[in-house]
Amino acid sequence: MGSHKNFDSMCTFKVDGKKYNRVVQHIQNKWKLVPAFLKGKGLVKQHIDSFNYFVNVEIKKIVKANEKVLSDADPLFYVKYLNVSIGTPDIEEGFSVSRPTTPHECRLRDLNYSAPITVDIEYMRGHQPIIRNNLLIGRMPIMLRSSNCVLSEKSNFELAKMNECPHDPGGYFIINGQEKVILIQEQMLRNRIILEEDSKNCIISSCNSATQERKTKTNVIGRTGKYYLRHNIFQDDIPVIVIFKAMGIVCDQEIVQLIGTEENFMKKIGCSLEECHALNIFAQNQALKYLGNKRKQKRFTVVKSSITDEMKDVLASNILNHVPVIDFNFKLKATYLALMIRKVMIAETDGKLLDDRDYYGNKRLELAGSLLSLMFEDLFKRFNWELKQIADKNIPKIKAAQFDIVKHMRHDLITNGLACAISSGNWTIKRFKMERHGVTQVLSRLSYISALGMMTRVNSQFEKTRKVSGPRSLQPSQWGMLCPSDTPEGEGCGLVKNLALMTHITTEIDEEPIMRLAFNLGVENVNILGGEEINNKNVYMVFLNGNILGIVKNCYRLVTVFRLLRRKGLVNQFVSIYPQHQHRCVQISSDGGRLCRPYIIVELCQPLVKAEHIKLLEQGVRSFEDFLHDGLIEYLDVNEENDSFIAFDESRIKEGITHLEIEPFTLLGVCAGLVPYPHHNQSPRNTYQCAMGKQAMGTIAYNQRNRIDTLMYNLVYPHAPMVKTKTIELINFDKLPAGQNAIVAVMSYSGYDIEDALIINKASIDRGYGRCLVYRNVKCTLKKYANQTSDKIMGPLIDTVTKKPVLKHDIIDNDGIVAPGEMVENKKVMVNKSTPSMNIGPVNAGSQGQTEYKEVAVTYKNTVPAYIEKVMISSNAEDAYLIKLLLRQTRRPEIGDKFSSRHGQKGVTGLIVEQEDMPFNDSGICPDMIMNPHGFPSRMTVGKLIELLAGKAGVLKGKFHYGTAFGGSRVEDVCEELQSQGYNYLGKDMFYSGLTGEPLQAYIYSGPVYYQKLKHMVQDKMHARARGPRAVLTRQPTEGRSKDGGLRLGEMERDCLIGYGASMMLIERLMLSSDAFDVDICNKCGLMAYSGYCHSCRSSARVSTITMPYACKLLFQELQSMNIVPRLTLKNYCD
Amino acid sequence: MEKKQKTKPHIIMKEHGIPNAFEYDNLLHLNDDWSIDKFKETFQINIVNESENKCELEFDLIGCSCALANTYRRILLSEVPSMAIEKVYMLNNTSLIQDEVLAHRLGLLPLKADPRLFEYPSKIVNEEEEVSDQDTLRYEIKAVCKWNSQAPKDSRRPDDIYTGNNVYSRDIKWVPIGKQSELYPQGEKQFSMIADDILICKMRPNQEIHAFMHAVKGIGKDHAKFSPVATATYRLLPNIQIVKPIRGEMAERFKNCFSPGVIELVEISKGTVEAKVKDARYDSCSRNVFRHDDLKDCVQLGRIPDHFIFTIESVGALPSSVLFIEAVKVLKEKCKTFIEELDNID
Repeated sequence: MGSHKNFDSMCTFKVDGKKYNRVVQHIQNKWKLVPAFLKGKGLVKQHIDSFNYFVNVEIKKIVKANEKVLSDADPLFYVKYLNVSIGTPDIEEGFSVSRPTTPHECRLRDLNYSAPITVDIEYMRGHQPIIRNNLLIGRMPIMLRSSNCVLSEKSNFELAKMNECPHDPGGYFIINGQEKVILIQEQMLRNRIILEEDSKNCIISSCNSATQERKTKTNVIGRTGKYYLRHNIFQDDIPVIVIFKAMGIVCDQEIVQLIGTEENFMKKIGCSLEECHALNIFAQNQALKYLGNKRKQKRFTVVKSSITDEMKDVLASNILNHVPVIDFNFKLKATYLALMIRKVMIAETDGKLLDDRDYYGNKRLELAGSLLSLMFEDLFKRFNWELKQIADKNIPKIKAAQFDIVKHMRHDLITNGLACAISSGNWTIKRFKMERHGVTQVLSRLSYISALGMMTRVNSQFEKTRKVSGPRSLQPSQWGMLCPSDTPEGEGCGLVKNLALMTHITTEIDEEPIMRLAFNLGVENVNILGGEEINNKNVYMVFLNGNILGIVKNCYRLVTVFRLLRRKGLVNQFVSIYPQHQHRCVQISSDGGRLCRPYIIVELCQPLVKAEHIKLLEQGVRSFEDFLHDGLIEYLDVNEENDSFIAFDESRIKEGITHLEIEPFTLLGVCAGLVPYPHHNQSPRNTYQCAMGKQAMGTIAYNQRNRIDTLMYNLVYPHAPMVKTKTIELINFDKLPAGQNAIVAVMSYSGYDIEDALIINKASIDRGYGRCLVYRNVKCTLKKYANQTSDKIMGPLIDTVTKKPVLKHDIIDNDGIVAPGEMVENKKVMVNKSTPSMNIGPVNAGSQGQTEYKEVAVTYKNTVPAYIEKVMISSNAEDAYLIKLLLRQTRRPEIGDKFSSRHGQKGVTGLIVEQEDMPFNDSGICPDMIMNPHGFPSRMTVGKLIELLAGKAGVLKGKFHYGTAFGGSRVEDVCEELQSQGYNYLGKDMFYSGLTGEPLQAYIYSGPVYYQKLKHMVQDKMHARARGPRAVLTRQPTEGRSKDGGLRLGEMERDCLIGYGASMMLIERLMLSSDAFDVDICNKCGLMAYSGYCHSCRSSARVSTITMPYACKLLFQELQSMNIVPRLTLKNYCD
Repeated sequence: MEKKQKTKPHIIMKEHGIPNAFEYDNLLHLNDDWSIDKFKETFQINIVNESENKCELEFDLIGCSCALANTYRRILLSEVPSMAIEKVYMLNNTSLIQDEVLAHRLGLLPLKADPRLFEYPSKIVNEEEEVSDQDTLRYEIKAVCKWNSQAPKDSRRPDDIYTGNNVYSRDIKWVPIGKQSELYPQGEKQFSMIADDILICKMRPNQEIHAFMHAVKGIGKDHAKFSPVATATYRLLPNIQIVKPIRGEMAERFKNCFSPGVIELVEISKGTVEAKVKDARYDSCSRNVFRHDDLKDCVQLGRIPDHFIFTIESVGALPSSVLFIEAVKVLKEKCKTFIEELDNID
């Protein structure tokens, strides 16, 4: 810590405290920086940035890295990729005819929204080198709103023309008409040394190395005073000294110098040196042979020149493979290994130095771009491998036409590979032994918020079943990066997270210029230095993305100058640099997947952003990029954040402060941003609201009426909330709202409001409160079969007597498809489809007889009728007819429907009351909804109380109030406003009972509260059955509402009946009402007889009939089939 | 009069509640044996205010129990009949609004038709279209949106470039059925919409709404659209008693705690003013005096338990005064049936 303090004093400007101690002015409208920030790319910029990087930069790198395909058959043959590019999305219509498409068309027609990947190649045809341009090798699914998407940089008007909602964030893919999101994956960081303690209290320093070729993990473990290297390719732990020797550093002195010549290090390494001597390893060859023996046996051993050469190769490419080894110069790798050992040694004495795995500086987020690049590279390699196979096979053959590799390039491998991966979510890459499931999910379009919430979701790779609290608990380093409220309850709690509003995730940045800059700033290359110099006490080691860059004497200068250059725009804004004093090193990071966030820079106790800058921003003269460019604002990643002093607001700026928070409400995410006054609520309530906001119905998007989704809930009359937050405006929730402002009276009414039930005014419902539309779709395709037959649609069946269509068909048109506007009732036919009964047989010669068809009509299965909203007839990717019907139901709220306010207070409708029975106040207002006050004391949702108050004042004054987190309208001001409007300042009014007309004893707290109608409605859940279908095997009633199943009398209910001694009841419920079955039993042999005759005794002498559950009879028979004979002995009940 | 009021018991409004609300009933009949004659004597109705269009009516009911006042309120809300569109026969609807939602919106439109001219629809559901001219009014809406051929070239305002893009209630036309055209020569006016600028739907070129509607007589209990009033309500007459004299700066503050016009400042001597109650009637009873610790104890807020300020806001089909009489008739009818039922017991 000593050195740390020293550094600090160096760091802060030596200024006269008084001079700069003046009060920092509050920057008016500082929050306007947030919309400016979001204006650039919207809420899902991280996805889009990542995909853009992949499409524009990384794919070129991948192709470059695999640019040559050679053949074993012909040494002259080659294919060389010169260039690769991805076009704009289109649809192929027949042979090589394509036309540009829009995402909406793909959604409707169940197509892929993808663009062609074209390459320019140079290859040999015969003995001629040929260059071909724009060859299609596959199709790349395109992320919406990415640089290749047709929607990028379009005005709202143009978007509307393409049937696209301007508020839709994009960032997802459309595969087979389904919107798929590649979730953000949280991962441990790579190529850094992590210090940990294992279960046996041994210190381990581990390093996950990842390069394009392979991923490995190298551990150095300190055990019983000795140090070992642990790696997958070795059977046992290897003494580290052996590794050094194998790397060609044979001299013990050199090894010790690399690790450190201080007293304590020398002492610690002694044992290990001795161990190596005991093993009789002194030279490099000996060490390599030793390692060769310890290596895990591989099944397919390719005999190489020698064990030693092979081991050298393995050392270079497998152990710490991210450290480059050029011409078998192991110097850098040895230094790195020495550093790992050194770290273990330090950590053994000082336990505080152990790294925290859950610290967000040690995490990286993987986005769509990097996942797709992994998948693409794998597929591209396989594509090339296949080309090579074809070349190997075909070149030796002598044919009339010359072998032309272009004719063998099939593009469906890459196309299908990418589309399948995205649509199934299974990411299997054999090269990295990677097998992940559930990487993608279908974008939930339940509400606008649920779609946004999904786009910002971060999935953790941790196993959900494990009961460890570490990764689940809130990490202080999450501040401002991940929303502290938005996480699901239950198994995913704390593992599934959401990004905060201003979080940015970096993409990879080229290392080369950074390296050059670092060397210019006084970093000395390690390769020319010895161990003694490297470990000098006065120097700091400099790392770039975990690799040793060199050492520097004046680390303070390096860090400050580097940061200065970054603020000047000479270094990429997302490169971070920070010193780690405890390890005496400086880390520079430019890798992708780091979380970072913009902050206002503070210099000499004054924020650089001034009021005039904000004014210019408001006028539209300045943009957020200008602020970055002028060095007024900079991005800090988690690690650098830890090295800065960030003031929460202007009033807290004092000496030593380096940065200022832009707006504190941005530390919440999208979903938590909806909650008004969240800082007044108990924290789990905000978490509950985050989950419920995603189930609220309302508006989905401006194009909702053009969509044909499987399920869509809409409110008929959605409202923008009376009490808004800044976040609501930023994410346009007020334009696509999901809820209604209900006038709520907090009081008790009847007994139907216990347990959070709500009382609703019937007149309010009559007038449209809570009315919702439920859209469902029905799909039908007319397939073509191999034998030239295909499905077809028949017209309605005409009743011969009445000459009218039969009842079942009375709503379908002459074309066999139901007409829009018709009401469909249960079991009515919507599409009268029939399919050929023979669809695999031989090709029908045509003339000989008609093909037989069987009816497979698409019918409506729901007891509540629906209306046909629209009918779409189109064709899908296989050129088959695609018919989509959109069904609509309008529902008014009923008892049991679920509602929730924005404070995690959900409740079902308990009673619907006539208007005249509702209490009314002096001005004759009766509430829309009555809420029981018992919901408050234990939930402590003070935010809701304030929302009501602010809402009431807003309604009276005709303006919106703000309930922004850590800000918003103040309660005193709101009370003052209420009083000025002639209302009670506490928001409580005198009410009269609607039933008796007498005044109520208490004043009632009443006003508007924003209520959401949740998707759980009684109509979709109610279920009862008297008799119905049974399962085939057991003859017991089926299970579940969808199969009209029975209501289960479960184990616990059974226990109750047993305890009560209700034996006849038990028999009735468990047997008679379920699967009673009469069985004949032969009393002689105890086996089951059949129709009064025992087949084993060959007699019907002593057969009697008893009733037993069919499942029991089944068990006996199954036992018999496995050679166990259950015999029944019957006795007369009365004996 | 003043003296009488003072002796009368009050409902006391304290800072956090009404302590004597539970004995409300007792307050009314303290010295009581109720008789119809006595009631006739004391009960009075004063009409205070009637708006020009006769839609709003404010009157006082003095000297009755709250049960009676509340009964009228409840009947007005839910049992005085009015006409509203009940059935919509959609011929064509290519607008964005769904059929059900459009029907719901049409149903909520207030009609001018006098419900007294019609009968309740017969319960027996007969074949479609066959409705009686005695109980049904027929309306038609036919609205088409088109491009405006005379649109100013550079205009992009929807109102300029389209015609018929907004469908208002005035587009609904009455269609006589049966003998209605003879019975009601003024029908066009008599049965039109109350407000002709209610926006029903917005449309874009080539969208069309064509529907027939049947309006019937109904009561608010069935659906809020049949309720003839926007609201009917009453409140008790506020009463402010100044216990301790309030003078000077306090008086000004005191005045601001009440609705304007409730408290006046009287100059009692040179330079000193004292707050006096001018007219408590229009006080909103916000009880904001209780915010000031020094004013809290100077005043007693209360309400007169048998003085109801009744407000009726008619939707517009019938004047509020007529509605009240209708409500009385409904109550009368109910009483009659009740008495009949009682008579039938033995």
